[in-house]
Amino acid sequence: MIEIKNLTKKYGDHVAVDNLTFTVKKGQIYGFLGPNGAGKSTTMNIITGYIGATSGQVKINGYDIFEEPEQAKKCIGYLPEQPPLYMDMTPYEYLKFVAELKKIPKGQRRDMIEEIMDRTKIYEVKDRLIKNLSKGYRQRVGVAQALLGYPEIIILDEPTVGLDPKQIIDIRDLIREIGEKHTVILSSHILSEVSAICDHVVIISNGKLIASDSPANLTKELQGSTSVSLTVLGQKKAIQQVLSSRSQIRQYTISESKEEPGAYDAELTCIGSADLREELFTAFAKIKCPILKMQTSGMSLEDVFLELTDEGAAEKGNTEETNTKETAIKETDTKETNTEEKEEE
Amino acid sequence: MLAIYKRELKAYFTSPVGYIFIAFLLFVVGIFFTFYNLRQSYPWFASVLSGTTFVFLILVPILTMRIMAEERRQKTDQLLFTAPVRIVDVVLGKYFALLTVFAIPMLVFCLYPLLLKTFGKSDASMAMDYIGIFGYFLLGAANLAIGLFISTMTESQVLSAVLTFLVLLICYYSASLASIVPASANASLVAFTVMILLAAVIIYLMTKNIFLAAGAGCALEVVLVVIFLINSKLLEGAVASFFSIFDVSGRMENFINGILDVTGITYYISAIVLFVFLTVQAIQKRRWS
Repeated sequence: MIEIKNLTKKYGDHVAVDNLTFTVKKGQIYGFLGPNGAGKSTTMNIITGYIGATSGQVKINGYDIFEEPEQAKKCIGYLPEQPPLYMDMTPYEYLKFVAELKKIPKGQRRDMIEEIMDRTKIYEVKDRLIKNLSKGYRQRVGVAQALLGYPEIIILDEPTVGLDPKQIIDIRDLIREIGEKHTVILSSHILSEVSAICDHVVIISNGKLIASDSPANLTKELQGSTSVSLTVLGQKKAIQQVLSSRSQIRQYTISESKEEPGAYDAELTCIGSADLREELFTAFAKIKCPILKMQTSGMSLEDVFLELTDEGAAEKGNTEETNTKETAIKETDTKETNTEEKEEE
Repeated sequence: MLAIYKRELKAYFTSPVGYIFIAFLLFVVGIFFTFYNLRQSYPWFASVLSGTTFVFLILVPILTMRIMAEERRQKTDQLLFTAPVRIVDVVLGKYFALLTVFAIPMLVFCLYPLLLKTFGKSDASMAMDYIGIFGYFLLGAANLAIGLFISTMTESQVLSAVLTFLVLLICYYSASLASIVPASANASLVAFTVMILLAAVIIYLMTKNIFLAAGAGCALEVVLVVIFLINSKLLEGAVASFFSIFDVSGRMENFINGILDVTGITYYISAIVLFVFLTVQAIQKRRWS
């Protein structure tokens, strides 16, 4: 469906996309995942023919986007990061214009626009000026625009950014629905979104392809490691001793607990899926260091992501006292906000 | 192309810009027409038009400033350039919309000679007036193409308008500028050296490449000096003929005098094609850089 070969895009000395190669198969929802500035938008802009590449090849349904742009572009509906809307038009006028631009036969235009307005739930605002619409509606008009002509491939660049939770759910449902009939590629820096909607995840960092697999496989691949987080009351040295002496522990970090004075928080990653809780309990009991809290967790897609992208690793180095380079420490409930904060830095 | 043409035309008339353009042009020409033709019974309408070409300096930037710059700022160009349309079609659609807005007051001007006819104007002079209107339209069309090109270069409407104004200003006064320089070969040498220096500075500002700018400047200067040493006669009056290339409004004189000037038509059409072509190239260059 889409074949991308050795795609490279340079802006002066800066390499935005670095030798990217992958294929997109028909009928799946693909998630482009990567921190801000990873090259997601650039890649999408190249696939859709908005900008050229420095080198490499992109084929859409067999049509080369650089050599037969019109044929290739016909197969794609694109919603850029900022919906390309004309503020002085109403959604209906706008969709009519886009339908004409996409060369949809005159007889079908009207019905198609009505149907799409219905699906994207913008029917009730169709005669208001776009500049007076809320962000959520504008986004939906943008999606409607991409859907017009029912191209086989729909590409959405960060479709849920800046929407409220309800609108995010609406858009996600819509994407899932679109995904039943079309091949969808969407980009996001929010992991939960990608793991919730996508059949296939492509992780990009610094313009390079890092991983491309289904969310389940990605987690499985990197799993083999259960992690345990615990809060222990006692001397740091004693705790370190206990942890260091366990051969099943691959790596651990230790820091002063914020919630429990005098206690230490430890995060450890185990080798294999061994459950160390019982062993740790008796070990700490022996040296009379009571465990105040203990919890195991498998590796989430989030951890995989952070492990895979450089930024996750580098970030960790400055914020925590650390024994290893790789692990990233997160509290499960604040995952999403954390990631976003980190990426914005 | 048709879709873009229609949208663009509609945009000019949902915002006040189209109305302002038409009203202002009709107003200025109307005043001159009333004063010369009606009050003073002067039979040539074309000469009134030639006296009002200065309004293009203000009106053309107003009309063209947003045409490409706004698309870029609002990122709507992403829609246009990812749709299955060629870039040439996008540019032509927009250019034809500009021409259409400009053609509306032209149609009104076509009525003025008819009005004069009721006072006994001859058929021959009618034809001359219509040739004059045709020349005026070509001049405006060339100016609009320049404005279209400049609007492509920037994201800011204000910058686009100011640059267009300056470029048109230079074009309008290029003939007078050239007359400042004496026709002697020595003066030409100095004038061209100054121009080469300016060109090198502009190249540097646009490419930020000092070697390219210095290289191009030196090469041109060498060519100039060689010409001067071999045959200094070639440079006599060369400044004037060089500037006359840019003298867009000067080419209209023949039309105003009622001559259907083929070189003039060729000149204007070449200028239009050149700037439409440059516009397409500027867009392509931005896509690929």
